[in-house]
Amino acid sequence: MNLPWRSIPLWLGALCLLAIGVAALAAPVLVGSDPLAMVARPYLWPGQNAAHWLGTDMLGRDLWSGLVYGARVSLRIGLEAGVCTALLGLAIGCLAGYFGGWVDNLLMRVTELFQIMPSLIFTLVLVIILGPRVDTLVLGIAATAWPNVARLARGEAQRLAGMEFVQAARVIGMSEARILWVHILPNALMPVLAMLAMLVGHAILTEAALAFLGLSDPNVVSWGSMIGAGRDVLRTAWYMTALPGLAIFFTVAALGLLGGALNDWLNPRRGGLQ
Amino acid sequence: MRALKAALWRLAQAVPVALMVVVLNFFLLKAVPGDMADVIAGEAGAATPEFMAQLRSQFGDDQPLPAQFIAYVKKVATFDLGWSFRYNASVASLIFDRLAATLLLMGLALLLAVLLGSALGVVAATTRQGWLRRLIGLFATLGFALPAFWLGLMIVVLFTLKLGWLPSSGLDTMGSDAHGWAYLRDVTVHLVMPVGCLAFSYLAMYIRLMHEAVRDVSQLDFVRTARAKGSSRRRQVWRHVVPNALVPVVTLTGVQFGALLSGSVTLETVFAWPGLGQLALAAVSSRDINLLLGLLFVTSLFVVVVNLLTEAVHGWLDPRIEHGARR
Repeated sequence: MNLPWRSIPLWLGALCLLAIGVAALAAPVLVGSDPLAMVARPYLWPGQNAAHWLGTDMLGRDLWSGLVYGARVSLRIGLEAGVCTALLGLAIGCLAGYFGGWVDNLLMRVTELFQIMPSLIFTLVLVIILGPRVDTLVLGIAATAWPNVARLARGEAQRLAGMEFVQAARVIGMSEARILWVHILPNALMPVLAMLAMLVGHAILTEAALAFLGLSDPNVVSWGSMIGAGRDVLRTAWYMTALPGLAIFFTVAALGLLGGALNDWLNPRRGGLQ
Repeated sequence: MRALKAALWRLAQAVPVALMVVVLNFFLLKAVPGDMADVIAGEAGAATPEFMAQLRSQFGDDQPLPAQFIAYVKKVATFDLGWSFRYNASVASLIFDRLAATLLLMGLALLLAVLLGSALGVVAATTRQGWLRRLIGLFATLGFALPAFWLGLMIVVLFTLKLGWLPSSGLDTMGSDAHGWAYLRDVTVHLVMPVGCLAFSYLAMYIRLMHEAVRDVSQLDFVRTARAKGSSRRRQVWRHVVPNALVPVVTLTGVQFGALLSGSVTLETVFAWPGLGQLALAAVSSRDINLLLGLLFVTSLFVVVVNLLTEAVHGWLDPRIEHGARR
């Protein structure tokens, strides 16, 4: 099974993400060290001043440096929360699917519970209780996003548990923990990996929504908090809201393209009406 | 009789989940740093230790945890969800006053998204034009990536601030005394942007879902039989494939209802829609955890109810599904 090298969405998504990732990593070189510094006249529109080509916000902070530093926060939260979600879902799904019986019953009821609670409100509650910081945001997002992953991993683990190589492993006396670790987990990993890009995209969107509602780490700039701040001056300076939203859109769309291509590659399905 | 038995069985299945919601809510409440006495003391500016102790015994916070839990369950069972200090009103009445507005918004948006999304999904799965399929696929990807609240703000800029066509906030014109048709028209105009925006944010999911479902069902034996006996392509699609492909659409609407509600919450704050989202925003900005937990509890129960309903629809769409006999 070869990677679809000629897939345009795959390349487009990967290149966009690479560019955003490099910009985020190189932020201090690219735009200086402090995105919160007041550097020019406030309310400069994009293109008005060559030194601040994307303009400035209501306090005279450069929007371009805000966007670049915002990428650091959004990508970091997105990646960490996406990976945490995948790991949590994978662990719970594999345990439930492999052991079955009461373990499955119990874990699936818990999964159902987490799926029923409206994710955003649940995340709001968790983040308020723990206090809004980057790590609690990651935790709050991951704690509510894992049920879909768990369902997927459970189905995979159930299928694997009945397969001959797993039965053979059991017959030669391998321990349950070892079977889970060397046979079930690596094989259930693939479909979950295909989901990872989507999970990261979802996490970035959730972080933005939380920041928009006023729950973000006050010490850092994020795209969502920029939208939330710009909203107050929407009437006179809508570019302050538009620009960070476009940044979110491009990042998540790139993740979506990448995720779709990876999904087609890892879980191929063909057919349709002839 | 069998239908009634099945319905009762479903209801019984929902009880443990609802109970777990109660338990989780209780522990979240206890995880909040500080208690009600601290809040009141904070509001008052100062309090003596004796007064704090008196408050704690009044609220039952000095009881052992199991006793507190039993008291909590008793209160919840009568829908006493506590007191909101931000609004100075009972949490339950605040929530139930705003539930209808959210349901109106969500219901209309869901209807629009299911109809349009299913249609586009069917087209994407059955068309022979590659470009059309790719276009719809691209549309679904982009729909996923657009933050709904940002899209809302942008269309407010366009349609309210630049063009002046549509009102941007609320459910009706404030201070207007319109009745009957005039009022209905007023509400409809206010509904256009929030419903359109929310429907757009749901659309991507339904396109993708219907696309996959139609593709899967198309490969089943009974469709091949229909094809073999020479029924027309149109009949194959609309008579044989689409009704069966709708089953997962209904299921997922139920399963994802909590996530769908989350989309409504952020969007309501954009359009100042007098629903649960507004309430959530107020609770967040004033850190009113009682109100927020009440919201979490009521919306969770609501999702349970919607799940029961979708399972009923499910059985109607696909009579083969045995109710009460879970795999």
